[in-house]
Amino acid sequence: MKIVILGAGQVGSSVAESLASEQNDLTVVDLEPKRLRALQDRLDLRTVAGSASHPSVLVDAGIDDADLLIAVTQSDETNLVACRLAARMFNVPRRIARIRATDYLANEKVLGDEGFDVDLSICPEQILTDYIVKLVEFPEALQVLDFAGGKVSLVAVRAFAGGPLVGRQLKDLRARDARIVAIFRGDRSIMPDGEAIIEAGDEVFCLAASGHIREVMRELRRMDQPVRRVMIAGGGNIGLRLARALEQEYSVRIIEHNGRRCEVLAARLSKALVLTGDTTDEELLEDEGIADMDLFVAVTNDDENNIMSSLLAKRMGARRVVALINRRSYVDLLQAGEIDIAISPAQATIGTLLAHVRRGDVVAVHSLRRGAAEALEAVAHGDRASSRITDRRVDEIDLPLGTTIGAVVRGDEVIMAHHDTHIQAEDHVIVFVMDKRTLPRVEKLFQVSARFL
Amino acid sequence: MRRFAVVLNLVAVVTMIFAATMLVPLGVSLAIGDRGELAHAEAMYFTLLSGLLAWMLTRHERRELHTRDGFLFVTLVWTVLPAFATLPMLIYLPRLSFTQAYFEAMSGLTATGATVLTGLDALPPSLNLWRTQLQWLGGMGVIVLAVAVLPLLGVGGRQVLKAETPGPMKERQLTPRIAQTAKGLWYVYALLTALCALGYAWAGMGWVEALTHAFSTVSLGGYSSHDASFAYFNSLRVEMVAVSFMLVAGINFGTHFLAVRGRTLRPYAGDPEMRAYLGVVGASVLLVAVYLVLNGVYAELPVALRYAVFNVVSVATTTGYATADYAAWPIFIALSMLLLCTFCTCSLSAGGGIKMMRALLMFQQAFRELARMVHPRALMPVKLGGMVVENHIIFAVLAYMLVYGVTMTAITLMLTGTGMDFLTAFSASTATVNNLGPGLGNVGPAGTYATLNGFQTWICTGAMLLGRLELITVFVLLTPAFWRK
Repeated sequence: MKIVILGAGQVGSSVAESLASEQNDLTVVDLEPKRLRALQDRLDLRTVAGSASHPSVLVDAGIDDADLLIAVTQSDETNLVACRLAARMFNVPRRIARIRATDYLANEKVLGDEGFDVDLSICPEQILTDYIVKLVEFPEALQVLDFAGGKVSLVAVRAFAGGPLVGRQLKDLRARDARIVAIFRGDRSIMPDGEAIIEAGDEVFCLAASGHIREVMRELRRMDQPVRRVMIAGGGNIGLRLARALEQEYSVRIIEHNGRRCEVLAARLSKALVLTGDTTDEELLEDEGIADMDLFVAVTNDDENNIMSSLLAKRMGARRVVALINRRSYVDLLQAGEIDIAISPAQATIGTLLAHVRRGDVVAVHSLRRGAAEALEAVAHGDRASSRITDRRVDEIDLPLGTTIGAVVRGDEVIMAHHDTHIQAEDHVIVFVMDKRTLPRVEKLFQVSARFL
Repeated sequence: MRRFAVVLNLVAVVTMIFAATMLVPLGVSLAIGDRGELAHAEAMYFTLLSGLLAWMLTRHERRELHTRDGFLFVTLVWTVLPAFATLPMLIYLPRLSFTQAYFEAMSGLTATGATVLTGLDALPPSLNLWRTQLQWLGGMGVIVLAVAVLPLLGVGGRQVLKAETPGPMKERQLTPRIAQTAKGLWYVYALLTALCALGYAWAGMGWVEALTHAFSTVSLGGYSSHDASFAYFNSLRVEMVAVSFMLVAGINFGTHFLAVRGRTLRPYAGDPEMRAYLGVVGASVLLVAVYLVLNGVYAELPVALRYAVFNVVSVATTTGYATADYAAWPIFIALSMLLLCTFCTCSLSAGGGIKMMRALLMFQQAFRELARMVHPRALMPVKLGGMVVENHIIFAVLAYMLVYGVTMTAITLMLTGTGMDFLTAFSASTATVNNLGPGLGNVGPAGTYATLNGFQTWICTGAMLLGRLELITVFVLLTPAFWRK
């Protein structure tokens, strides 16, 4: 597929990175030649320097025969204009734009074909916010992901010594409406069949109907105390959204070093307490009761700052610390160390985009374990003759090694997949892929052959 | 002196408009034949002539007002018009002194409702109509009216309007043009008055009486054509209409305007001042009713509630009607009600006092200082309806509160200095500065201000003017900086 990506910032480059490995022709446009060069050094793609909304630059980037435009520059307006131009002047069939301002999203006409012709709008800040809010709601989980419009959830928990999970075979676990779809021990993955035994320190991925998620978690591990007090370090875009999302139900404090930004925060927030100061200022943390905090979230745009402040917070008594870390090497360094959860923004946000790029009718994609594994939701079409998945029992499907069908959603019904589950047309199938290299084969399963079309 | 001439020219124009408003009581007088027509006609003739003369003398001095001239203009209008407004009363009641007549007119125009007259029931209905019509004109502001009728003030008009309209934040612009805003406000005001008059007629009043009382209800003035005020009617219906319209008139007319223009109730939801106003009044009514029953003033709760609703709403909105002599209620209740009148009504309403908006801001500011003790590094802006209130507004409000406190204290002291008893002096000062009307003690709802001597009367007259123009507009004229070239 020919893809044009506008913007080579954090979002743009991580999009490019994930798509480059999937046999796509990529062109990246950015104002900064330096950024482009860095990208070109690492990945096999073409770059064009220039303003992303100028038609001549778009032509240079080969927009004429592009299949997909991904506009993820810093500026909403540039992204909107580029999408409109791509649709009206260059007939690009699909257009994705990064839109931050909620004002543009309030009325669907703005993005519709009377407006700016955007097929899909994504807001990485919002996705990250939702991610962290889930962690606040489920303090036991490492990650909570939604499928099928929120009907099914995937939770990742870490098994603790002495917990109900550890030392038992999977088939002994009583979880009724749940299925353990993957176990990771260190860097290895363990096939979750009946004989597998969970050890302390394992990361366990469990699929369950969203309504049952709390019960299921209770069986997986002892419950932590619910979160009441949250401290947010960094009042940027994510910090503000997070504080707004949490301030009604939790006691929220937010620390920001920029005085002017603090004024903006204080104006937009109603209950959260806005504190001016450095996120690594021991005295400030002490004065504001860091030791009583149930959760400390570091979301500045500086990796080192996030790491240091969350380490400090943990040392000073915060119950659980979460840090936003962009650099992959740092994430690997810190996960499961003193920082309870290290979130990689690129991995957290890439899924929405990937769903649009994949072949087959893929509804949702979630990157797991720093992109090594993937959980995806796809729709089965056709019939037994035209599709390799529809109208078959699960054990009849030719799944690549390390791939598990976790659940099937039929209308409003959630069915946990077993070897004899029958997949019908229009079912949403949730597949867990532990080895990313087998992805093309999985995608092919969900494509219907030409005869059907 | 050129500057003064320009201002005088505008005052002359406003005076002529004012003369035109005298047509209403004149017409009513002729229509019902109450023998007051001569007084009205003579007053109107004299007012018009004076205005015309002043205008002729200064007609070459027309130009746009400077910002600072606006304060002079407004204060001058508000001192000159009451003088002309005394004419019908002086002509019809030859034994009334000018001091008392001027007090009565000032009390009318500032929508205060303090009266020196007794035997109101025996006056011609047209004269009572004139008294309440004064309140009606002053309630929304005569200059707002002048701006609405004649585009005479140009750009400077916004400054003048700011000087006359109450409330700490006057920057909110309802329409792009100042004349449109003035028209809009008067349109809503007139609409409410018409509805109120219809309500009174429905409740059983005659047409003239309904109009008379509608004028003083919607302006939150409080004049009545009966010595016994609303106790005269002794009708639940009348009281219900009065209470509803007093409450409505205590809300920001800008909000009313937005609601009427958009034909939606949504603006009310976004008015935090109104929520606080209705909340405080509602809670006070309940408290007073229960306290009255517990202290045996009324035996039954429904009866107590009826009196509490009417009198508390009347005092809290700075109207000043009464259905009971609340000065005779337990002193705790009487003083609490007096406290309500100092802050309850909303900014840009027809009410007096410091306005709920300032009270809310002060409350938040105090709370912020306390919270800052616990969280020294926290940034806590004062907010109203989700919007941050700039610090300079907070400072202005603080300064206003200081001036307000000093003024109230000074007037109370001056009145006690003339030999008045403390309760009367304190309540008279509160009731006039906040444009309430009746106070406690000798000037309570059962008495009048007629017992005051000349000097005391003039102090109260000044207090009403200060209160109506929210102090600053008048006090700025007393600063040397104002008169410096």
